[in-house]
This record gives sequence, C-alpha cells and structure tokens, in this order.
Amino acid sequence: MQTKLTGRVWKYGDDVNTDVIFPGKYTYSISDPDEMAQHALEDLDPGFVARVQPGDIIVAGKNWGCGSSREQAVICLKRAGVAAIVARSFARIHFRNCINHALPIVTCDAVDSVESGEEIAIDFAAGTVTTPRATYTFPPFSPEVLAILEAGGLIPYTQQALKVRETAR
Amino acid sequence: MGYTFAEKVLARQAGLETAVAGQIVTVRPDKLLTHDNTSDIAKKFRSIGVTRVADPAMHVIVLDHVTPAANETYAASHKATREFVAEQGITAFYDVGEGICHQVLPEKGHAWPGAVIVGSDSHTPTHGAFGAFAAGIGRTEAAAVMATGEIWLRVPESLRVVVRGQFPERVSAKDLILYLIGQLRADGADYCSVEFAGEAIEALSIAGRMTLCNMAAEMGAKNAVVAPDATTRAWLAGRVTRDYAEIHPDPDAIYARVIEVDAGTLAPQVARPHRVDNVAPVTDVAGTKIDQALIGTCTNGRLEDLEAAADILRGKHIAPGVRLLVLPASREVLLAAIERGIIRDLVKAGATLLNPGCGPCLGAHEGCMAPGEATLSTANRNFKGRMGSKDAAIYLASPATVAASALAGVIADPRAK
Repeated sequence: MQTKLTGRVWKYGDDVNTDVIFPGKYTYSISDPDEMAQHALEDLDPGFVARVQPGDIIVAGKNWGCGSSREQAVICLKRAGVAAIVARSFARIHFRNCINHALPIVTCDAVDSVESGEEIAIDFAAGTVTTPRATYTFPPFSPEVLAILEAGGLIPYTQQALKVRETAR
Repeated sequence: MGYTFAEKVLARQAGLETAVAGQIVTVRPDKLLTHDNTSDIAKKFRSIGVTRVADPAMHVIVLDHVTPAANETYAASHKATREFVAEQGITAFYDVGEGICHQVLPEKGHAWPGAVIVGSDSHTPTHGAFGAFAAGIGRTEAAAVMATGEIWLRVPESLRVVVRGQFPERVSAKDLILYLIGQLRADGADYCSVEFAGEAIEALSIAGRMTLCNMAAEMGAKNAVVAPDATTRAWLAGRVTRDYAEIHPDPDAIYARVIEVDAGTLAPQVARPHRVDNVAPVTDVAGTKIDQALIGTCTNGRLEDLEAAADILRGKHIAPGVRLLVLPASREVLLAAIERGIIRDLVKAGATLLNPGCGPCLGAHEGCMAPGEATLSTANRNFKGRMGSKDAAIYLASPATVAASALAGVIADPRAK
C-alpha cells in the first residue's frame, strides 16, 4: 500500500449508515463493481457520483458505516475512486470490510478542521493527517490489519496464507 | 481477576488460558451463517483458488432475504446457492419458506451456549440470546472463513446492562432496546460485547431475549449475550443434541461501562425517521398518520409477537387506508400461529399474510413504499430509503404498538384501552 496520500475532501457527518452509502434494494441485484459505483452515496449525496475523482478522500464524523454488513458500501466507494476514509470512528463490520478490500481507513478528528473540496494529506508511516488548519496523529495499524492491507486485501492475503500452510506441511 | 463473557468464550475457542479485551485471537467458529448472499460469497471463495470448503459442517445457509425470488436475477442467485450447497456437501441448508436465518438457525439446533457463530449479516448478534458469542462479518470475510475455517477477532470490551423490575403491561423487550439505543445512541456500544442481566431479563422469554440481542447491533455492538438459564435450556432441549459447556461472566469481571435500567418505568417507545437512535415515548408521536404497518422480521416475527398483535386486533378491523403486513419469522412460527388461531384473527382483522422471510425490511420486494408514505414497523432499521423511496418515513416500535396503530390509522399507545 501507498505510504502517503493527498486528496480532495468529501466531508460528511456522524452515523452515516451503509443504507445511504449503498441502498439495500440493490444489494442482491447488482454484482458489477462499476455499476455499484454508479449508486455510491445515492441517498446521502446525490451529486457525489458525478463529481468524485480518483484519489478523493472521505472525511466524516463518528460511527461511519453503521448498519448493514453489506460490503458493497466499500466496493462502491473504492470503485468510484475514493482512496481513503478518515473518520472520528468507524462501525466495526464496515471497518473490517474496508480492511478486507484494502481501502485504507484512518481514525482521527480531521473532520473538525477541513471542508469539502479542500485537500488533506495522510502519511501512514508517520501516522499523521494534515488538513489546511491542523495536523492529527493516529495509532499504527495492528500487525494483523497491516498484513491484510499490504497483501492488497483479504482474498490475496488468504491466498498467500494458504500457500504458506501448504509449504509448511 | 475476573473475566467477561466475551473474554472467556474467545479464550476457550482460541485454545488460550485467558484472553483480555483488546487482544486479537484466531478462532475456528462453530458455525458460519450465510443467506441470499451465499452465491456471491461462493464466487469470492472460488477466487481464492480453493475448491472445497474447510468444514461443510460449519455452514448454515438460509435463503430468506428476497424469497420467493422477486425476479430472474434473484432466482439465478438462489439457484447458484443451491448448486454450491450440493457441490460442497453442506447439510444445514434451508430453502425458500423456512424463514429468516436468525430464527431458523436456533430452531434447527445450530446455536448453543458457548458456541462461536459468525454470520454475513449484521444482525447475527441475535444468537447471543442462547448464550452464544455471535458477530456479523462481511462477505469477503465469510469467503475467507469458508476457505480457512478460521477468523481473527479482537476481544471486545464489555458493557453490562442490568435491568431490574418488571415490564408494565404491553411494554416489551422491544421497548427496552429502543429506549437503550435512544440513550446510548447509534455508536454507544461500538466494538463492544453487551451483556444483558438482571431480574427483568431473567423473566424474559427466548423471543424477548432475541429481540434485545438482535437490536444491540443498532448501537454498534459486536455481540450481545444473555447468560443461559433454565429458560434457555428448556428452549434448546430437543433442538441441540450435542453437549455444551455454558459460559457465564465472572462476578468480578471488568466492564467498560455498567448501565442500570428499571423496566417498571418504561413506556412504549418509537424510533422516528431516519435513525434508530431517534427514540421517543409513544405519547410524543401518537397521532402521526401511517400508510402501512408491518409485524415481523428477525426482530419481532416470533409467536409471542404475533400473539401480542392478535390480542389487540382480535374481533376488530384495521383502519381504512392502512395496509397491515404480517410475516411470521419461520415456518415453525407460522404453523404454531395457525394452530392457535392467531393467523385467522390477524387476517380477519385485515392483515395481509406474507411468507416467512425478511419481506420488505430491506426494500427489495413485498411492500416497498412510495414517496410521502409512512410505515410503522417492528423491524430494526429505519434508515432513509431502506423500504423503497428515500422520501418515505419509517417508524419502529413493538408488535403491540404496531397493532394498536394499525387499528387507529395513526401511531397509537397500545396501553390505551
């Protein structure tokens, strides 16, 4: 994974749930990631899909991704071009889903000092997020999480892990 | 030093002497629950490059979300799941009509005290009602469990909710959990294990305990649990044939937070659009017009829920202009409700009976709303757009409140005679 990212911000509030990130009515009828991306944030910010650009970063308040376990809420954002999500806190299943799809997530209070359209920089090695007005630190990923991110997600990670096991036999 | 339920159950499953909150452990779950998303998970599983699941006996698969198939796309997905089940030799497969996964899994004996259950559905914590550790996971994660038989879990901090006193008449477990979510908010239990205890919890039926654990997910809980007791053992007898060793938290366990509630002070509660934690006593929203009323789902589709509604609706008729949808949570619940005359009473009162399953809860079929409409539902989520139009309103309440409101045509207090 990249150790530094700079991107344009889309700012949202607290408790953004996975139903407004990716509506439930599509969860069993859309399987193509490009088509999923066309519905990203449909019920929260209808203008998002038309204007999002590769490398953009979502910055949000607490409990981002609460609600359903649906993974499309990660896939649609990633395929739409979102490079990272910075939130005050994350709902736990969504947190795992982001890691499992190698979408970097950062837990800090950057939402306090940045507006939509401004740029922020994330330095994963240093553990810092820099907004136009402040710098925040965040704790490093646990070794388990880092290994999945570095492998490019849980599927490649599992492929590697199973090969390791076969070799060990 | 004492340990919480989560610390003890995850230590045992990981083969460790002890485990403490914050520690990451690798466990082999006893059960992996998947539903209509099995076909997609199977694709992800195959993409790993593995051909056989690690343990066919670990799987419980229930088709429930959009059943019977609403169109060709859903039908093809269901068919792919049946093919996967046959190919992998999975025996615990429950097809269209058996009911909602969170009802069918325990009914068929796949949940027991001390079991570790992971499921690709956010309401998997429901199974904590049986003293199990049960947590929701994503599809990719479920695919990895299929392939490896293992998952890493962070041992959660625990929050203990002690409920004393007795529930007033027509106030139920649903009102308690809505009240708690209103107090703790949508992130009040993020990443936590929630232990429900106290005399009011001990007096609850299994159905009520399932309602509590089910909705703990709406305050961010990783899992929720009610310690097993005589009620649990009686319900499981004849369903679970294996031996199990119960796990109870130590009296001196360390909790992140302890919350005390007196059940006797509770009023019926309603969650208003578009957040589950936007909760008020029913008296604050009484009189709000509704177009549709829904009794069912994994939160409140059990026999005592249908019975509570029938007690209010029997011999009466719902208000003109209201559509009342009733979905028993499973075939077993439906049969029992038929035998007791509950279904007859509900249908005579104007209810539309739908098949056991998730129904309109996730907005894919069977009762979606048009812009400007309002539904009062016994479900667990009222997020914008969840039941069809994003310009529709969803209110959440207990079966008694939904039944009383269907009669009135507006949100109504079930305690009013």
